[in-house]
Amino acid sequence: MKVLMNSAEIRQVVDRIARDIVQKNKSISDIVLVGIRTRGVPLARRIGQAVAEAEGVNLPLGLLDINLYRDDFNRAGAQAEVRETRIPFAVEGKCVVLVDDVLYTGRTVRAALDAIVDLGRPRRIELAVLIDRGGRELPIQADFVGKTVLTSALENISVHLEEIDGRDEALLDEGDAA
Amino acid sequence: MNWPRKDLLDIAALSAEEIEIILDTAVSMKEVLTRPVKKLPTLRGKAVAMLFYETSTRTRSSFETAAKILGADTSSLAVAQSSVSKGESLLDTAKTLAAMNIDLLVVRHAASGAPQFLAERLPLGVINAGDGQHAHPTQALLDVYSMREKWGGVTGRKIVIVGDVLHSRVARSNALCLTKLGAEVVLVGPPTLLPPEMDYLGVRLSYDFDRELAGADGVMALRLQLERQQSGLFPSLREYNRLYGLTRERMARAGKECLVLHPGPMNRGVEIMSDVADSPQSVIETQVTNGVAVRMALIYLLLSGGAVDAVA
Repeated sequence: MKVLMNSAEIRQVVDRIARDIVQKNKSISDIVLVGIRTRGVPLARRIGQAVAEAEGVNLPLGLLDINLYRDDFNRAGAQAEVRETRIPFAVEGKCVVLVDDVLYTGRTVRAALDAIVDLGRPRRIELAVLIDRGGRELPIQADFVGKTVLTSALENISVHLEEIDGRDEALLDEGDAA
Repeated sequence: MNWPRKDLLDIAALSAEEIEIILDTAVSMKEVLTRPVKKLPTLRGKAVAMLFYETSTRTRSSFETAAKILGADTSSLAVAQSSVSKGESLLDTAKTLAAMNIDLLVVRHAASGAPQFLAERLPLGVINAGDGQHAHPTQALLDVYSMREKWGGVTGRKIVIVGDVLHSRVARSNALCLTKLGAEVVLVGPPTLLPPEMDYLGVRLSYDFDRELAGADGVMALRLQLERQQSGLFPSLREYNRLYGLTRERMARAGKECLVLHPGPMNRGVEIMSDVADSPQSVIETQVTNGVAVRMALIYLLLSGGAVDAVA
């Protein structure tokens, strides 16, 4: 077990991503944040708070569950608990920033893109992740990355967040590779 | 979460936890119903067939809508125009459908136990959409969903179910479902339609509707099948309405917060008066919408369990 990020680093990274999102998008009133369940949700909320503190603007915040859009539905053991998607605003014409904790194969983001498009036609969709661990199986990349860590399939990254896990840290489990 | 079942035949077989899983999943499904595009890719390539031996409008179209929103294909067997009228047996008809690569069969039949008979003999999943006087589990689930949506939960709530309890699969399934979740259920009706042996359901029986309405959180009027009058089970529609009809005067005993439910189709002016059915206390239309969400949840859970794939 190796600590990739401690709570101070996570805080810095969230603040930096918040700054970058505002800088990249000229019109702040068009930005909406959508956290991918489970740990993308508190991260999106924190990014929203950082933007509110720096700019005095409260960005709309949505919650997205991607389980109805999975591409592995027919595989054994694929059954997943479907939780509520709550996006209480129109995405039409907006800049949707998807937020997730770890970007790996890209399949979750693919599902999230399909889910968002079913809700309307945003002007653009961007992706913010705490950690990009490489290993993509689809042509997908993030616009805002907290930390890039290239890992093997044997390794595992787990992100813990205060709101869900009671503490902030990102861990690398080196598995058999250690 | 683990959902190993391939069939839904009866509420009796479900644990309180399993009922909660279905209802929680239905909350997520209801959000989909509010979207501009009500279509998911989830069950693409799956096929759901309706096999209805009794007439039905809302239940069948509710199942069809639910399956289609989830992305599944649906087919429907109009029994009157099918080989059934040529004397084909229930099992042969179902096997024929199964041979067309159907993944899930939704069955309604006048004989109690018909869906279970099929479920035991076919590798595919079976949902009971009403069998005889036995069970109508999806109706009970959508009723309980509608109450839970209003109250947050049904534990400790008092629900009065009034009408032809004797012949009602809706009353049986609701009594089981509500008591499993910790609600108090009282079954009310004329003695001819509420025999004492109904207490096997573990709920209270009463002939005095007015007394039971006091303190009720919800009241559900059952459809009165008009042909029961010919069998001499009650003297006249007018007398039935006077003693057991849901009228505004009667609702005043229960208070403004008491929910009004009806599984439909309604006999307005018999078991329920129009001003009650259309009042703000009534969730009768919401029940229909919730029916689609609950059936989506069930179809999703049954088809994603892996059990179907394992046998097929």
